[in-house]
Amino acid sequence: MPEPVIVAQSLVKKYKDFAAVDGISFEVAPGESFGLLGPNGAGKSTTMRMVGAVSTRTDGNLRVLGLDPNRYGPEIRSRLGVVPQADNLDTELRVRENLLVYGRYFGLPRAQVARRADELLAFAQLEDKAKSKVDALSGGMKRRLTIARALINDPSILLLDEPTTGLDPQARHILWDRLFRLKEQGTTLLLTTHYMDEAEQLCDRLVVIDKGVIMAEGAPAQLIRTYSSREVLEVRFGSDLNADVAAQIAGMGDRIEVLPDRILIYSENGESELVRIVEAGLTPITSLVRRSSLEDVFLRLTGRTLIE
Amino acid sequence: MSTDRESTAQSARGQTETAPLPGSVGDRAIRSTRRTRRWGSWYVAEHRFRVMRSYAQTVTVTAIGNPIIYLYAMGVGLATLVDANLGADAVGGVSYLAFVAPALLASAAIAVASEEFTYPIMLGFKWNPVFFGMNASPIRPGQIINGIVISVAVRMFVTCGIFYAFMLLFGAVPSGAGFIAVFVALLTGLGFGTLLMAYTATLTDDTGQLAMVMRFVILPMTLFSGTFFPLGVLPIWLQWIGWISPLWHGTELARVFAYGASEPLWLSVLHVLYLTVLLAVGWAAARRITARRLNK
Repeated sequence: MPEPVIVAQSLVKKYKDFAAVDGISFEVAPGESFGLLGPNGAGKSTTMRMVGAVSTRTDGNLRVLGLDPNRYGPEIRSRLGVVPQADNLDTELRVRENLLVYGRYFGLPRAQVARRADELLAFAQLEDKAKSKVDALSGGMKRRLTIARALINDPSILLLDEPTTGLDPQARHILWDRLFRLKEQGTTLLLTTHYMDEAEQLCDRLVVIDKGVIMAEGAPAQLIRTYSSREVLEVRFGSDLNADVAAQIAGMGDRIEVLPDRILIYSENGESELVRIVEAGLTPITSLVRRSSLEDVFLRLTGRTLIE
Repeated sequence: MSTDRESTAQSARGQTETAPLPGSVGDRAIRSTRRTRRWGSWYVAEHRFRVMRSYAQTVTVTAIGNPIIYLYAMGVGLATLVDANLGADAVGGVSYLAFVAPALLASAAIAVASEEFTYPIMLGFKWNPVFFGMNASPIRPGQIINGIVISVAVRMFVTCGIFYAFMLLFGAVPSGAGFIAVFVALLTGLGFGTLLMAYTATLTDDTGQLAMVMRFVILPMTLFSGTFFPLGVLPIWLQWIGWISPLWHGTELARVFAYGASEPLWLSVLHVLYLTVLLAVGWAAARRITARRLNK
């Protein structure tokens, strides 16, 4: 295996007594797309900031590109591209200018930055917006511009903190497509998300984080195999009845989760579970058989849903 | 003034830090960051100049309009009254225009400082958090502050230079060494401004603090710093405002160069020292506060 580009060992970040990150360890290989999946407040962004060499760790070990962020902050940052959770583009400058000033921060010559800026505007599909004001862009366009800005130095690792949060479905798909291209080109991606579909789309491997600790680690499919069944039957009986019904169907499938609005029955074959429910004389208002997802993995590991 | 976290942070828990192998990614990163380590402050200044260009009109209009308005109102209008009633050289031994002009010059620098070291700082930390964006690049927090100081110093210098040109035009500078007053004004503006910047950097919310500073610090300072009348005219229990005011120190020193105002040498030296100390303390504090604030 090639030398990992990120090595975190028992990484801790404390704010006074509260441990936002409480001893997490992981490694990311070059070219790998690695995800931190967890609900809001799980410690994902804090981990990202430590890897991004802008937040000093409280304890543990961290090496990014073989360097210690405490000693080589600017050096590490020179090889990173960072897409923060909230856009921090300079709204006082125009679209292309944002790329120009940012490229200079990496000590790149003006001509090279200008060339790179034009390439990236094309990549981000923002060529005709080059002279626009940043505030005139849609949310999706701003995200793409932020990604373009993060790529100005041709980074070894791209850090993406909740890249598609707050975007509409179409904008998300455009963004995923761009990120997928980067992945194909061999850029190492480290991303946080609380969207399971995003993690499944983009991550080769991921860790599930909750309350600052890692709950599980693996490839999305492997995690689903380990922690969930192949299929899930979702049935709704109405919020008042779900709990009562759950008692009646106890023992069906591999496992049952009762959520406030629905019951999940984990099974290798969802259809046959549905047949058994109907045979038991119960009539759900709605029923749905779907494949297990990372959401189910998370539910299994923490007893909570990702988006609450 | 190197208080950035990179330099103060200890290598983690006493483990031995080995230099990356030649040719490795880490080694390449170290080499490619040398330029930013050296020139980062100027890159930030470059960014700020671009931003200033977006409000270049305001900058130009104030830089040219202010001297005309103030020199005319105070140096010509008010001066007619003063000179007619008190005699042509009653205040400071020179015409009222010559007396008030260096003070207005120093005030112009303070005006630039109070504009550039307040809301743009608040903006960079909070409203449009570009400082966090810069901090994610190889730029260090201290370099962000340096870059801002550099860019504001340039704007201030140009503004004061234009002001001085108008002073010459109005015939307000009897002394040949008057141009040195431009540098005095610059030192005054930056001495006060860096402190103001350090204060603004501590604000997480603007609940009117900056407006209060304008009203209860900058305005009284402008009025009671020997600007329009000598400080000695005030009752002794009000004169302390002048003694601690960077504007008073700057104005008095500017007068020495503009028309040879007589004051003991030690006092002139004290003016320079006082302003330099303010500048150093404000600048260092701003760097410290920024480094701490960006390292979340």
